[in-house]
Amino acid sequence: MANEVVLLDFWPSMFGMRVRIALAEKGIKYEYKEEDLKNKSPLLLEMNPINKKIPVLIHNGKPVCESLIIVQYIDEVWNDKSPLLPSEPYQRAQARFWADFVDKKVYGASRKVWSTTGEEEEAGKKEFFEILKTLEVELGDKPYFGGETFGYVDLSFITFYSWFHAYEVLGNINIEAECPKIIAWAKRCLQKESVAKTLPDQKKVYEFVAQMRKRFVSE
Amino acid sequence: MAEENKVSLHGFFASPYVRRVDLALKFKGIPYEYVEEDLKNKSSLLLKYNPVHKKVPVLVHNGKPIVESLVILEYIDETWKNGPRFLPEDPYKRAQIRFWASFVHQQVFENMVLILKTDGEAQEKTVKEVSEKLSLLEEGIKSIFPEGIPIINQENVGLLDILIVSTFGSYKAQEEVLGLKLIDPEKTSPLLFSRLKALLELHVVKGALPPHEKVVGALKFMRQNALNSASV
Repeated sequence: MANEVVLLDFWPSMFGMRVRIALAEKGIKYEYKEEDLKNKSPLLLEMNPINKKIPVLIHNGKPVCESLIIVQYIDEVWNDKSPLLPSEPYQRAQARFWADFVDKKVYGASRKVWSTTGEEEEAGKKEFFEILKTLEVELGDKPYFGGETFGYVDLSFITFYSWFHAYEVLGNINIEAECPKIIAWAKRCLQKESVAKTLPDQKKVYEFVAQMRKRFVSE
Repeated sequence: MAEENKVSLHGFFASPYVRRVDLALKFKGIPYEYVEEDLKNKSSLLLKYNPVHKKVPVLVHNGKPIVESLVILEYIDETWKNGPRFLPEDPYKRAQIRFWASFVHQQVFENMVLILKTDGEAQEKTVKEVSEKLSLLEEGIKSIFPEGIPIINQENVGLLDILIVSTFGSYKAQEEVLGLKLIDPEKTSPLLFSRLKALLELHVVKGALPPHEKVVGALKFMRQNALNSASV
């Protein structure tokens, strides 16, 4: 049975990284295609005509879009190992809630940290830490958001960790000082091969973000 | 035994997000207690159940809260396996439905709220955007049902149907308050419109939607509030 898996992605995308971690967790072989977002391939435009964004998973020629939808799809199709979502409905609802929280809140606030200056940046930093502290409370004393094992919420949030160094340098903040539990959790996640092999080098990400910042901020 | 399957829904009558959950419970035939919240004076219970967002809807099942309408809908579908299944069994079809549900939720509905809250050029711009999104949705509906849409009944209603009813069900009230048509049944949205009309005929839907005048009143109030605070 043909099981052709292709991932259209962009190396620094924290959304694409989620899919890469999920594929690694499940041990799925796939073809990775790097997209130039300033010059999107005809394949990307054909596979995601609605949003024209990465990541897009193409399974046996059929596209699945939106990172969390892709991760749930992977979990449901390759359901023989490494479950990402809990099996019990209430816990699944909790997992979906927190992944949705990460989606709604973390990206927007963090963007203000690296792409703005002055008052807007200060407000963004404040918001960013409030959000991280809410996540710290939710994590509590658990090793992972999923409990004893790495799961859906961990996967949805850990990818932002690769951008933390960029936030710290460009925003002049110290995340470990404000949210030590988050950093401890992140380092625990990085001990997993699927995470360590997926997350790009933080310095590389910083260079990329610093370049992007120039488009928004003249310094 | 009395505590088993105790279900309550905290909501606000005019909220389409609450409407989604209300419809889902009714389609599954789940008995529940409805608690109307005063959003200007939120109950301590609501704040306890949803400390992160402090919003409705909140579904409480045997004392445990679930929030965010789309999360609640999937929870209901997974917990009560009787009645219509909101999501199909096939993972690919599930992914498609989730994609379009998210599309209606974020890209269509949130823009419709903006239309209500703005006027002039800003409103015109958003109206054009919604029209474009509705064209995409029409294509989406065709791609989900390549062999044509099955006739709707209370046994086969799905997640996307719940979103369609909660988003567009009060379209006449929306048109009255805005003075413009959002869904074009001829040019842009023939499939969407015919699906909506079929859903509005269902017994459960008729019983769930608030009366026209009440919705008009709520929409007018929201619009006035938004326009007033924008001009301050």
